[in-house]
Amino acid sequence: MGLIQIGRHDKDGTPDIITTTIEKAVNWGRKGSLWPMTFGLACCAIEMIAAVSSRYDMDRYGAGVFRASPRQSDLMIVAGTVCRRMAPVIRKLYDQMPEPKYVIAMGSCATSGNIYDSYSVVQGVDRFVPVDIYVPGCPPTPEALFDGILKLQERIMLKRVFLKQPDQVKPSLKI
Amino acid sequence: MSLQELANRLQEDFATGLIKAVEWRGELAVTVMRDRLHEIAQFLHDDPAMDFDYIVHVSSVDWPDDEERFEVVYEFYSIRKRHRIRLKTRVSESDCIVDSLTDLWKGADFMEREVYDMMGIRFRNHPDLRRILLPDDYTEGYPLRKDFPLRGKGWRDTFEFLDETAR
Repeated sequence: MGLIQIGRHDKDGTPDIITTTIEKAVNWGRKGSLWPMTFGLACCAIEMIAAVSSRYDMDRYGAGVFRASPRQSDLMIVAGTVCRRMAPVIRKLYDQMPEPKYVIAMGSCATSGNIYDSYSVVQGVDRFVPVDIYVPGCPPTPEALFDGILKLQERIMLKRVFLKQPDQVKPSLKI
Repeated sequence: MSLQELANRLQEDFATGLIKAVEWRGELAVTVMRDRLHEIAQFLHDDPAMDFDYIVHVSSVDWPDDEERFEVVYEFYSIRKRHRIRLKTRVSESDCIVDSLTDLWKGADFMEREVYDMMGIRFRNHPDLRRILLPDDYTEGYPLRKDFPLRGKGWRDTFEFLDETAR
């Protein structure tokens, strides 16, 4: 959980006292209820849908409540090839999401444009929205997407809540 | 009606308009002269033996080395008679305009707009010939032409909306 527990109840051993920092508690709450936005652009969306389904069950990580509105979501999973005409739409949706917000670039296309080095395909979604996690694969399996979400959760735990985030943050991810 | 009969019938009625008819792997492709395209299409649409009531797709091919550089390809299907035909016509770059078939098949509307958008072939008498996939103010040309650079001319890298939003 990332929270620190000390002390045990004398009789049945249930936790009696929990000590932590408010920052950690807030981050713990944030990472446990990521609400992704339904944003499928191409074949990666099929894997994203599969990740939510009963076989893989993305709800286990608290990230299964897909919202159809950016105003209700924390996490934008850009799943698929981003064409240039789609770019302002993605940016607008990103701007409408309330803070704190996170972006996962799912798959090779959203990361780098993949093989589509053509006149219309944007060479990576990070050219117009800040991306937190890149998930490789073409398309990534649901497990790969989960890995991205778990990495994102680790990253959220390292974020500062009540202080200004330092400019140079290199969170050391456990791999 | 077999493909052979179809081709023979066209040959009888439009001997001067036909350039060639090829049957390959059970598909009949007829190349016609551009000036008689609409007439032949009308025949295919209206004649009770032909009865092509469905336009499958309109596409175009760029043959950069040929004198008549562009080729417009129509595919028709008859839902009742269950036969299909492919109609091709060639146009040159200096005069790349073809008669629109939207008066015969309404479905040709968007597909002809796409051909115009991607290849720059114009359609005479089309009701609303605008770009359909690319933005209306796109100025880089026609992306599916062979002489268009693969990576485009910079449009995909310009994000003017970033200036409006604070990052």
